[in-house]
Amino acid sequence: MEPVLELRGITKRFPGVLANDHINLDLMPGEIHALLGENGAGKTTLMNILYGLYQPDEGEILVRGKKVEIHSPNDAIAAGIGMVHQHFMLVPVFTVTENVMLGEESTRYGDFLDTRKAAAQIHQISEQYSLEVNPDSYIKDLPVGVQQRVEIIKLLYRKADILILDEPSAVLTPQEVGELFKIMRSLTEQGKSIIFITHKLREVLEIADRITVIRAGKVIGTTRPQEADESTLARMMVGREVELVLEKPEYKPGKVVLKVDNILVTDDRRQIAVDGVSFEVRAGEVLGVAGVQGNGQTELVEALTGLRQVVSGAVTFLGENITNVSPRRIIELGSAHVPEDRQRDGLVLPFSVMENLFLCTYYKPPFTKGPVIQWDVALKNAEELISRFDIRTPGALTNVGALSGGNQQKVIVARELSRPIQLLVAAQPTRGLDVGSIEYIHGQILDRRNAGVAVLLVSTELAEIMQLSDRIAVMYRGKIVAEVLAEEATKEYLGLLMAGVPQDEARKQVGPIEAKAVRGRELY
Amino acid sequence: MNAQENPKQDAGKVLLEEIQKPIQHPKAGSRVLQVIAIPFLAVVTGLLLGGVFIILTSEEVYAAFRQSFGSGLLAAWRAAWQSYVALFTGAIGDPARIVAALQSGDGLEIRRAFNPILESLVNTTPYIFGGLAVALGFRAGVFNIGVEGQIFIGAATCAFVGYSVSGLPAILHIPLALLAGALGGALWGFIPGWLKAKTGGHEVINTIMMNYIAFRLSDWLLRGPMKAPGQHNPVSPKILETAMLPRFFESPIRFHLGFFIALAVAYLVYWFMFKTTWGFDLRMVGANPHAGRYAGSNVTRNIVLAMTLSGALAGLAGANEVMGVNHNLAMAFSSGYGFDSIALALLGNNHPLGVVLASLLFGTLRNGATRMQVAAGIPIDIIAILQAMILMFIAAPAIIRTIYRLRFKVQVEGAVTIRGWGGKS
Repeated sequence: MEPVLELRGITKRFPGVLANDHINLDLMPGEIHALLGENGAGKTTLMNILYGLYQPDEGEILVRGKKVEIHSPNDAIAAGIGMVHQHFMLVPVFTVTENVMLGEESTRYGDFLDTRKAAAQIHQISEQYSLEVNPDSYIKDLPVGVQQRVEIIKLLYRKADILILDEPSAVLTPQEVGELFKIMRSLTEQGKSIIFITHKLREVLEIADRITVIRAGKVIGTTRPQEADESTLARMMVGREVELVLEKPEYKPGKVVLKVDNILVTDDRRQIAVDGVSFEVRAGEVLGVAGVQGNGQTELVEALTGLRQVVSGAVTFLGENITNVSPRRIIELGSAHVPEDRQRDGLVLPFSVMENLFLCTYYKPPFTKGPVIQWDVALKNAEELISRFDIRTPGALTNVGALSGGNQQKVIVARELSRPIQLLVAAQPTRGLDVGSIEYIHGQILDRRNAGVAVLLVSTELAEIMQLSDRIAVMYRGKIVAEVLAEEATKEYLGLLMAGVPQDEARKQVGPIEAKAVRGRELY
Repeated sequence: MNAQENPKQDAGKVLLEEIQKPIQHPKAGSRVLQVIAIPFLAVVTGLLLGGVFIILTSEEVYAAFRQSFGSGLLAAWRAAWQSYVALFTGAIGDPARIVAALQSGDGLEIRRAFNPILESLVNTTPYIFGGLAVALGFRAGVFNIGVEGQIFIGAATCAFVGYSVSGLPAILHIPLALLAGALGGALWGFIPGWLKAKTGGHEVINTIMMNYIAFRLSDWLLRGPMKAPGQHNPVSPKILETAMLPRFFESPIRFHLGFFIALAVAYLVYWFMFKTTWGFDLRMVGANPHAGRYAGSNVTRNIVLAMTLSGALAGLAGANEVMGVNHNLAMAFSSGYGFDSIALALLGNNHPLGVVLASLLFGTLRNGATRMQVAAGIPIDIIAILQAMILMFIAAPAIIRTIYRLRFKVQVEGAVTIRGWGGKS
């Protein structure tokens, strides 16, 4: 069978970087071809070349055996190539139909928009590929997973049959990922071909027909899911052995560090988001809070770190009532916070790495003498943390916005964990990061736990929760519906709890659970 | 310049870093060039296009073209050349005259020869204060459009202290009057700052409204309570000698102490913004209020503080004009200093040093324009067009990058603070 798309010897140089080094890749009709690589390996550059956003320095692109020149996204669309970017390109205040039509408007009587015709077509597409979506909904009202469907419909509406999905699962909940995979299957069954860019090993093994791994701009190899497992793929990606399962010393909980007593918190729309939640976190343990995104975890973390008002109930930290006190007071008591949205809350992107590394402590000695900032101390501090936490940056004075996502997160982790702390609140600490960074950050979190820090870990990645936690609390619709020891939890059991199945019923469905069930195996 | 090699930094080095950020390329010199390139090319392009406008609006050029094409071209060249020569001599001085004056050794003649450049500095001074006011606000994430109004209020409070408090020696009266001006402006900045912090009312709207209130308030003051007795015109009494900023030369040279006060204040603002924790706090909240809150800053307090300080600097601009130039409060004395300040803060990349340089440019152009009008018969509005074009190129650096095929993107910290037009922060 002839490949529908073939890349031959694609090379792209940027000043000082060889982003793509003679890359060969082919895509068969009806195939899901995963492109796997760490952040910065050159996946996105390659796809941008394919999409006409960059021109290759060398090499050629063949579509259905014919050489094509792609100079713009329009050329790519004309050749039947469509791309769903990691960050969606949708107009929030337009309806689904309007967004799909944008740039490809169907009209009648001259220049009048024919929304009805377009809506009918969208309806037909969504039937055909089981992409459920209401053409009249406004984008801003849709959940992320559905917005992604709209992006896919946009491509199908433009008759694309080679679909590039750039990290499509990064923004999705586990449930939405499942739905996305179903859609991908349905697309390929009807003859579409998909290039699936990701750095998540588990997803690749689950959905791909073939896997090509690239590292540092080069193709390392192509394999099939049947012939590979997570550790071989991780080794290909990172170029060394990766610890998929971390050693964890015995669970020895100490005194209660954080005590949350029946708190009620509202979200931005003043709806109850955290509904009478109580729990304790002890020194030397990791309490994992599992749950599908949007079940109150964000608001819970914000309430514990002083960023959101607690309506009722009490939060106690080392015996001191910290309900509705300022974030600074909570920080000064010895609490660290790795925020969920690192670019919004955790970093000042136009500031240097040095400045971001003392963002929470800039106002006190040794960084100050009186009101004057001691920049030389700040620089020394930064250089020390950069080497200790292995932050890959051209220098301490580089803007943090210029770093990769993994290194940005390392800046936050370095800042938060280098302080003497008693409590660590980590929300989605590895979202969107590659294997190497995840391994590193998980190691750091466990180090703190072993050193006697109380850790509250909030994550929507079940694997992450199971890997790190000593105890697991499941949050559903603002309530903690179950709290179990990690040994007694399985993925199925937690999954049922996360979906809102009552505890005793979930237990009945899963059957008896062996203590020390396989843990951490399915990480990444 | 490489910080890793030499961790101990002096003020100059930190300042350079602020200008150069982000340092990613090995050659530090090219970073400086990158930051300066856009404003510089914008000025050059503005001057060139200004020349086109001068030619297009010159009657003589059209007359010459009617005679012959060659003489038309010649006339066009002459019109532009003469205008810019007039602009230059008006703003900087006539080199020949300066040389002759120095040779003659006649003190009066020397002073007169140097008057244009000194007068440019007089024009520069209020720009420095105003530009600093806007820049400080920008860096802290607030958009102070109300500098003009704050200048009026600062001038009014300063003038009042200047003529009503008597019996003080100059050494006390001058600081007191300056302080009064700063406090007046600070009050006028505090109100919209407080409104934003407490109610979320956008400071752009509120400062514009505060401008109108300030204009009408000073009208009323000048026709009523502050009107000079026995005067027909709506002007305040002259301030006392003890409140006047000393001038360095005899009349008609107006160059006064205010210029040096402005430079000192510029350094103070630089020190405050880049060397102290308060300044870091303001800049952090300005660049990302969410992260500021996360890091423990009091965002609302910072907004109020930034608007108050910004207003105080604007108030000093008003005080400077009253104490150094006019010696009384008159209607419409500021004539747009406050609005130009917004533009020149942008031109100066919201950095105190940049503001001083941009103020020198604006002050010089403003002063030279007067001379150009007299000597070359060019309407003073051409200068407004020129400034407008320079700013347009600054505000839309893509134009300059396209024209001169610059490949790099200039990333500057100051630029991001211009977000926040809409929505709550």
